[in-house]
Amino acid sequence: MTLTIPFRPSAPGPTAPDPTAPGSTAPSPATLARGEVRLDGVTKVFGRGASATTVLADVDLRVAPGEFLAVVGPSGCGKSTMLSLVAGLDRPTSGTVGTGGKTAFMFQDATLLPWLTAAQNVALALRLRGVPRGERGDLTRSLLERVRLGSHADRRPHELSGGMRQRVALARVLAQDAPVVLMDEPLGALDAMTRDRMHDEIERVWAEAGLTVLFVTHNVREAVRLGDRVVLMGSSPGRIVTSRPIELPRPRRLDSAGVAELAAELTAELREEGARRGG
Amino acid sequence: MGDDATATGGTADLAVVDPVAVDPAGTARRSVGTPLRSVWRATWPKLLAITLFITAWQLVVLTGWRPPYALPGPPTVARELWDLVLVDPKFWPALVTTLRRAAVGFLFAATVGTVLGIAVARSRVLRAGVGSLITGLQTMPSITWFPLAILLFGISETAITFVVVLGAAPSIANGILSGIDHVPPAFTRLGAVLGAGGWRLYRYVVLPAALPSYVAGLNQGWAFAWRSLMAGELLVIVASRPSVGSRLSFSQEFGNAPQLIAYMLVILVVGMLADTAFTASARRMRSRRGLASD
Ligand SMILES: Nc1ncnc2c1ncn2[C@@H]1O[C@H](COP(=O)(O)OP(=O)(O)OP(=O)(O)O)[C@@H](O)[C@H]1O
Ligand SMILES: [Mg+2]
Repeated sequence: MTLTIPFRPSAPGPTAPDPTAPGSTAPSPATLARGEVRLDGVTKVFGRGASATTVLADVDLRVAPGEFLAVVGPSGCGKSTMLSLVAGLDRPTSGTVGTGGKTAFMFQDATLLPWLTAAQNVALALRLRGVPRGERGDLTRSLLERVRLGSHADRRPHELSGGMRQRVALARVLAQDAPVVLMDEPLGALDAMTRDRMHDEIERVWAEAGLTVLFVTHNVREAVRLGDRVVLMGSSPGRIVTSRPIELPRPRRLDSAGVAELAAELTAELREEGARRGG
Repeated sequence: MGDDATATGGTADLAVVDPVAVDPAGTARRSVGTPLRSVWRATWPKLLAITLFITAWQLVVLTGWRPPYALPGPPTVARELWDLVLVDPKFWPALVTTLRRAAVGFLFAATVGTVLGIAVARSRVLRAGVGSLITGLQTMPSITWFPLAILLFGISETAITFVVVLGAAPSIANGILSGIDHVPPAFTRLGAVLGAGGWRLYRYVVLPAALPSYVAGLNQGWAFAWRSLMAGELLVIVASRPSVGSRLSFSQEFGNAPQLIAYMLVILVVGMLADTAFTASARRMRSRRGLASD
């Protein structure tokens, strides 16, 4: 049931579109494997008439199950918009978006609910997923241990550091038990050292759980450090410029020569792209 | 920072030495301090204010501006208050009647206000139709409802409750409404991502997020309820059922100034106690959410 549902909103929330509504959803081109993500000819236009802006233009993207895809691009090129479409929080104006299974989302600022403790934040995801009450306690504990926060379960978000908050958010993502995880600049607000640790944390969790990850970042090095593949996006309108597999062996280090070299190459490419656009 | 375990690939070992994780539960513990000290810190300005007030009152009495039967001094009123609380057989029944009316009216108003607030928040039609009416009602002096209430319900408990509810419900409805309207969009998005829609979004995300504003609305609603009730008890005197308001009214009719002032002090104290309770719960909630600033 979680398999191969084209253009599947991750959540039937109020902002989630009705997948049966007429409009953008063309018949699914093929069934998707669990963890696969596929965008075909996706265009997103905000506004109407004179004020209409095309934020994404004809984006085709395929992400294999278990792949770690890093997405880099200038501010405003539509990265967040693309993740929202994949999450089913918004609908494309045309084209199709499909994911094999549910999606989980990790936000830039962790977005923990301040009236709940770390454990309760994680447990809420379990509860909304339908995990019975009796199993939630143990599961929450083991999830927090997986992100090494076992001893902080009863702290409230404001009593945690920025890095700890993001680890709780990571545990919550795991609690959603979705094969596809979308991360929108989840480490943007962290200092370099905490960031470095979070890279390890995310990489470990990704490998253990066999997740498909779409990781949006401004930081090209971070993208190279983490991704199996890096997708470069350009702006006005937002589209995919290049897609580059990263063949450096894991584990990688942010400050290793290989990562730096590839990052420099990709940065040059991004800059060239910006210049071509007259930006 | 650069030369630790990562170089050899020990990715899993790194977070163990996270310096932040070692940090003990500092912030929350520090602000508590010794309880006695913080009680004193909160109390002494109040004691000072009360002392100043009583002194000023006594000074006015000493000037002979009004004869003592109209404006008694603090010692006379204190003695009267003492008698009232310990001797007067009518005091406690009157206070109980008044507090019961306040509680019933307030609970009623809380129910009506909460349901109304949520309904208006959820329905575009209701919002357009009733939204501004609620604010309008809130600005209306509740005493103006009494003539109608007496026409509708006679001189009765119901008339009083009716006005108390009308006085308090709009504030409560507005409190929860503005709480719901100001839920950070990030939380609603999170709810959607976690698969909470419709009622479950309200239950787990929207209503808890709106709680501080709701409590502020309840606090304001209580103040309006208490005011409306006092107005009502002065106007609607239900026979053979003494209340704080009716005792106040009789004190005036019988020219018993010390008793009149003593009852006013009782009214003031009840209002302040309730406000203290609301303020304390609001502060507790804010600090649990990491919002406390003072
Ligand atoms: N709801 C909306 N209505 C109108 N325009 C929007 C809306 N959401 C986004 N946009 C526009 O779409 C463009 C892309 O926004 P988006 O947030 O996807 O960019 P981004 O690549 O994530 O940028 P950043 O790196 O700064 O986060 C921006 O120009 C933005 O102004
Ligand atoms: Mg963005």
